[in-house]
Amino acid sequence: MADHDTLAQRLIQQGISRRAFLKFCTAMASLMALPPGSAQAIAAALAQAKRPSVIWLSFQECTGCTESLTRSHSPTVESLIFDMISLDYHHTLQAASGFAAEKARDDAMKEFYGKYLLLVDGSIPTKDGGIYSTIAGMTNLDMLKDAAKGAAAIISVGTCAAFGGIPKANPNPTGAVAVSDIIKDKPIVNISGCPPIPAVITGVLAHYLTFGALPELDNLNRPKVFYGETIHDRCYRRPFYDQGKFAKTFDDEGARNGWCLFELGCKGPTTHNACATTKWNGGAGFPIEAGHGCLGCSEPDFWDAGSFYTALSMPATPLTFATGAAAVGVAAGVGVSLANSAKKRAAKAAHQPVTLNDLE
Amino acid sequence: MSLKNIAIKLETSDSYSIGNVTALLSEIAAHLKKLIASGEASLIDLKSLPFAPGEYEQLRQALDHGEVTAQIDAIGLSEIIETRYPGVWWLTHYNVEGDIVADIIEIAIIPSILQSQPEDVRAGLDMLQAVISQPIQQND
Repeated sequence: MADHDTLAQRLIQQGISRRAFLKFCTAMASLMALPPGSAQAIAAALAQAKRPSVIWLSFQECTGCTESLTRSHSPTVESLIFDMISLDYHHTLQAASGFAAEKARDDAMKEFYGKYLLLVDGSIPTKDGGIYSTIAGMTNLDMLKDAAKGAAAIISVGTCAAFGGIPKANPNPTGAVAVSDIIKDKPIVNISGCPPIPAVITGVLAHYLTFGALPELDNLNRPKVFYGETIHDRCYRRPFYDQGKFAKTFDDEGARNGWCLFELGCKGPTTHNACATTKWNGGAGFPIEAGHGCLGCSEPDFWDAGSFYTALSMPATPLTFATGAAAVGVAAGVGVSLANSAKKRAAKAAHQPVTLNDLE
Repeated sequence: MSLKNIAIKLETSDSYSIGNVTALLSEIAAHLKKLIASGEASLIDLKSLPFAPGEYEQLRQALDHGEVTAQIDAIGLSEIIETRYPGVWWLTHYNVEGDIVADIIEIAIIPSILQSQPEDVRAGLDMLQAVISQPIQQND
């Protein structure tokens, strides 16, 4: 496809009818968490949309973010979106390797200087000059700085790129940091999660494609449409929290009745993400629906915030303010949230490794 | 030990509810009143709602089927069902793999996606005129 082609021209060339295009736009509206009636407006905007170049850099990561995206259960919408961007460089997905791969990156950076979207997954090791992760002899640190210069915007995919993630967990042997710790002069969108929800990744790309701009962001640079509310706010078990009905163990009567998992360590009240509505595996469910509490993976330093199985009301250091708040409902939840922030700070200062006892 | 040794409690779709269905039916009723009063259509995106397990099926049962069922074959199937309440349509859009990409309740006289689009009508006319302009083959 020629770069000057608009999306509408592209679809017409593929023999896609206007009705099919409207259906696609309806799916896009749902994907972007926009009002369903906005499909017509999306269609009008997309009809004029140009094909942006995208460079995807994978640094200190596990490839889970790419797996999340490519194993998504809505391939048509996502493949259409990916058909509408020019993915000029991606280690895992591209056919080229070695010098040819690096040349593709260089060529795209020159040709689309100032216009390309830079997607990054993985944190960036900075210790000892960043030698702990290199690509084609170049440190991740240098490659990020180099690629960021000509980027229109940067999208940090996954908690590692957004906040440092697991590589940054204490004692952080590689000096891992987030993209935003290095790049200060470009707009950055954080799509956190370990991994992030694939629909959120494509939703942000679709938003950029549709409106030519980045979506509205929260204080941690995450798109508000997906991270504006906590898991707890949207959890179907929330009514049980309000009623003070909690599972005490993973196999008691409360667990079998689907009661709130707060006392089993669920981090839903302090975790902002769309899992409770967008869900996973083609909408089949999300961790809480499977009977396990939220780990809080879309929040900074989630790995160092104490045990996954300790209630948020049980602080790492004694905080009498929050103790016992679990059973008294919404008002107490506010206090718990505040306590958890303090707990995170305390836990980070005095790293508490998870032991086998924590898991029992 | 086999799976048969594990006590599995099977739950029916109506065994669990946190009130989403009742709230949605009330919302739909309000949209129907608006449709009757002003002709204004409304949409509800079901994928944005935090359904408890089983509530989706409960909503299906509550709205049930009406007289009309339509199918669209465009980048995957779309199923459009008029519920037992005229003016309340359940639209499920699938991709070519058969996964749901959009799940919507539209309160309207007729869902907009069912209407022919002006661009397609114009393209269809061009095709028809091309056919008409072809010389007719005579059968001797």
